[in-house]
Amino acid sequence: MKLLKMTVAALAAAMLALPVAVSAAGELTIGLASEPSSIDPHFHNLGPNNAVARVMFDRLIMPDDKQQLRPGLAVSWNPIDDTTWEFKLRKGVKFHDGSPFTADDVVFTFQRAPNVEGSPSSFGTYLKGKEVTRIDDHTVHIKTERPYPLMPNDMSTFSIVSRKHGEGATTPDYNSGKATIGTGAYKFVEYLPGDRIVLERNETYWGDKPEWTQVTMKAIKSGPSRVAALLAGDVDMIEQTPTADIERLKSDPNLTLSQGISNRVIYLHLDHDRAASPFVKGKDGGDIKNPLQDQRVRLAISQAINRDAIVSRVMEDIAIKAGQLLPEGFFGRSGKLQPVAYDPNQAKRNLSEAGYGDGFKLTIHGPNDRYINDSKIAEAVAQMLTRVGIQTDVVTMPRSVYFKRASRGGPDGTPEFSFILVGWGSGTGEASSPLKSLIHTYDKSRGFGASNRGRYSNAKVDTLIEDALATVDDAKRQALLAEATEIAINDVAIIPLHYQVNTWAARKGIKYRARTDEATVATDVISE
Amino acid sequence: MSTISEHASPAATIVQPVRVQTPFRRFLSDFFDSKVAIAAIVTFAIILFIALFAPWISPQNPYDLMVVDVMNSRMRPGEKSLTGMTFLLGSDGAGRDMLSAIFYGLRTSLGVGVMSGLIALCIGMSVGLSAAYFGGRTDSLIMRVVDLQLSFPAILIALILLSILGKGVDKIIIALVIAQWAYYARTVRASALVERRKEYIEAATCLALSHRRIVLRHLLPNVLPPLIVVGTLQTAHAISLEATLSFLGVGLPQTEPSLGLLISNGFEYMLSGKYWISFFPGVALLVTIVSINLVGDQLRDVLNPRLER
Amino acid sequence: MSVFITRRVLQSLVVIFVMSLLVFFGVNIVGDPIDMLINPEADQEDIEAAIRALGLDRPIHEQYWYFLVNALKGDLGKSFIFAEPALKLILQRMPATLELAFTAMLMAIFLGIPLGVYAGLRPNSKVSKTIMAGSILGFSLPTFWVGLMFIMIFAVMLGWLPSTGRGDTTSLFGIQVSFLTWDGLRHLLLPALNLALFKISLVIRLARAGTREVALQDYIKFARAKGLSSSRVVLVHIMKNIMIPVVTVLGLELGGVIAFAVVTETVFAWPGMGKLLIDSIQLLDRPIIVAYLMITVLMFVVINLVVDILYSLLDPRVRLKDVKS
Repeated sequence: MKLLKMTVAALAAAMLALPVAVSAAGELTIGLASEPSSIDPHFHNLGPNNAVARVMFDRLIMPDDKQQLRPGLAVSWNPIDDTTWEFKLRKGVKFHDGSPFTADDVVFTFQRAPNVEGSPSSFGTYLKGKEVTRIDDHTVHIKTERPYPLMPNDMSTFSIVSRKHGEGATTPDYNSGKATIGTGAYKFVEYLPGDRIVLERNETYWGDKPEWTQVTMKAIKSGPSRVAALLAGDVDMIEQTPTADIERLKSDPNLTLSQGISNRVIYLHLDHDRAASPFVKGKDGGDIKNPLQDQRVRLAISQAINRDAIVSRVMEDIAIKAGQLLPEGFFGRSGKLQPVAYDPNQAKRNLSEAGYGDGFKLTIHGPNDRYINDSKIAEAVAQMLTRVGIQTDVVTMPRSVYFKRASRGGPDGTPEFSFILVGWGSGTGEASSPLKSLIHTYDKSRGFGASNRGRYSNAKVDTLIEDALATVDDAKRQALLAEATEIAINDVAIIPLHYQVNTWAARKGIKYRARTDEATVATDVISE
Repeated sequence: MSTISEHASPAATIVQPVRVQTPFRRFLSDFFDSKVAIAAIVTFAIILFIALFAPWISPQNPYDLMVVDVMNSRMRPGEKSLTGMTFLLGSDGAGRDMLSAIFYGLRTSLGVGVMSGLIALCIGMSVGLSAAYFGGRTDSLIMRVVDLQLSFPAILIALILLSILGKGVDKIIIALVIAQWAYYARTVRASALVERRKEYIEAATCLALSHRRIVLRHLLPNVLPPLIVVGTLQTAHAISLEATLSFLGVGLPQTEPSLGLLISNGFEYMLSGKYWISFFPGVALLVTIVSINLVGDQLRDVLNPRLER
Repeated sequence: MSVFITRRVLQSLVVIFVMSLLVFFGVNIVGDPIDMLINPEADQEDIEAAIRALGLDRPIHEQYWYFLVNALKGDLGKSFIFAEPALKLILQRMPATLELAFTAMLMAIFLGIPLGVYAGLRPNSKVSKTIMAGSILGFSLPTFWVGLMFIMIFAVMLGWLPSTGRGDTTSLFGIQVSFLTWDGLRHLLLPALNLALFKISLVIRLARAGTREVALQDYIKFARAKGLSSSRVVLVHIMKNIMIPVVTVLGLELGGVIAFAVVTETVFAWPGMGKLLIDSIQLLDRPIIVAYLMITVLMFVVINLVVDILYSLLDPRVRLKDVKS
């Protein structure tokens, strides 16, 4: 027994005496906040999946960290007539196995990407209605039915795969690495589901020489555990640093923080559509006519919210208050709109004017694991509304349940909730994305208003948006988008709260080029 | 077991009034032999008091959105709120007073634990007694079901049930009851089987007393001691299980935080030095469970006939 | 003997069958199985094709037959999130969980028994009292809280051990295991200890109670009177007699340890099937939940069967009783 105890003690001492594992020079370990659901780049249009795919596969056009479009596998793109764009492809690019990249691969990608079996959310959105034709080995034409100025933006969203390896390959083939041959900066090494993804440098990459010899990505869902992993040296860099820890990490001499504003606006969506909304009740609990249909009530709600308090107390100063759909510097923004000022007295007056001087009851629904501090924001909003007489309940749930119900949980597949906390990140980096999906009248057949869960409908705004989408002249398009935004915001179609600011934390010597699209991409990690 | 004074003179036989040592009194004196047990039961009594009277003794109602203000969030223990109230144990991320949140949390945790324990006890007891009393086929069948249930860990049962039922106080009580009743059934049956063979049950049967009377008035009281021990330990276990389920995110909804939820919500602040948001609820949970376990421990030691005392 | 085994095997099969009935009808009662088993994001044609493939347009007893046949073939549906067969996903992660669970059990045995026996032999010494106090704490502290504290203290503050994840793995008989590498062991230590704490406390208390009872028995007094050395008395006579209840309990608790690994895996981001289950519950990935249930049912039934058989081998009283019947 004694011998046993001694042996155990000796073993323990020996183990603890070993040095803590540090990545060898040139190796990078990243702690991600969520796991990709697959290595197949076309399986699921999901943040983590895209972040991993991005370094193994290239796109025709590559958005940089400010979402500016840069040449990728396409070196130039021009509209040659009203409905056709010509893309000239880069010469001399090789796939990871040495085979050459040609227009055939682009054509194959167009066929494959929208048709992946079992895809929860496919890339079809960006490829629908576009027809690609190979002109020669390094030229393709893409045709649409109507003029489509956003062609380059759409071409910057999906990965180009190899026809040779992709033909007949299924998602499990990509997960095992068999078909995972791309043109990107890093090559697939292994994928241990639930554990990690390992990549190695592509020595023959056509672009800037990739910095790291090996990149390992681990998913650590819990925020505190992610920070603990960084502090313990288990990872070199983490994404989505919890706001609670930022101040402490800032003062740590062994760490570097990289922050950047994102294209994502956190906002509240209101039920404009139903005369009796399921989660809006009178003070006594009885049914009432939907007060959210009155612009004064909506404005009152917006005025009751203290955005400064949310930014400083809930977001711990890691956010920027919002008055519209996109932060400064993005295309299509209005120069005239300011965030609505906090004015609870004015809010109460507006409510009285609208006939709701006594207030009413409301339930706010939101996710609890999607946006930074989402459930806390919902709680803070509920507090603020209660103070002006709108007694608010908070119900939060995990994102998969939340989005399903928010979009389709009601009768006949209609939105279920009345007042929700959501976010929208513009995938295309400009205002037509939120306008088209959130503000335009819901029209499934034409693909408008897909996320317009409040079913806001304003014909004037619709026309402006549709015109903008077909206007090729940049200046004219900017004016149309700005005007649409102004009308919608003044009509309180949605209530913007703030823009997210993302923080990446890394050990000293590593910096991250903070991306506005919030992605953590290994090629943007630079050593100092 | 009474002692009668011996030195009585024939003239005046004075019978000294003596304290009769009933089994119950002996039990009490044995129980309170241990200082630890006394401390534990006192602690538990305090916790029970807090849980029952939380709405009246809390400085603030942590669920009243008119009072809770996000501007007060993350204050250190001892700091004052904007309205002058002192946050004795600090405030959490939404501006709630930690002390009040802990009181209400204890109320929820204890309520769920005790409630589910009692219901499970009643169900388990009825099942166990029936199985032992009626024997034969009934016994076999019932015990098959009990064994089947017991071969599955409580946490798994609770997880699956909650993933189906969703969140809510009633749902978690149901899940905990279903996860626990079999322990009670097995314990009761085991001791009931032993008791059943004893002569007093035979005698009662001969007297043609109704089944119900035999079971309730004769069998049950003698089966109670081990049941109490199991009950106490199970209650502690149920409280711990509920906290774990809340931590995993399948337990109570956000609007009715139990200690488990408070701990998990507070954990993200641990690394930035705001330990109080997770630490104090943790201590409260710990003290509750440990005190119940200590009481149960002592009960078991006292009621176990095989140990030399 | 073989009568006993055959009987137990048959009983186990009945249990599995009953559980499969329960799971199947549970899935059907709770909601529309179409929602349960087919990806809601699929478009109309795909949904209809899947309905036909899964036999969901047939009467319920035929559906159950389909379910059973598919289950026997090993096809328990495809995950909505990963689009890979649910069974494959779970089996991929099973080695990690089993590794954790077995390490925890080993810790429970090799730490718990010596400590418990010591406490039972010298119940009034200071060391014993400390051990018992420790066991109460280990018993009462919720696993997740202990795990969080471990990470805070050992990984962050002291920096001795890694805070999350599994270490480097090597292949053993085709299965990925991590205990054969130093890095793997370092990653394994904290989660296994966390998971084991409850069981260690349990074993300590069991061993102590058992030792106290056995030490008072006549045959121990006789052995001492005979002049046998203390260590022989302890190791041979006392240990052997407390082994049976302890090992039986441990065997039955193995299932519990595997299930409870869910908590430890969540806290330490250990890539096992428990973590997959929790994620799947959050994400409503029902095929994985159903598959996990069926696999764990199978596992527990097998474990119980093995323990029963071992118990009958160890305890002569059970064997004799069986022969009589």
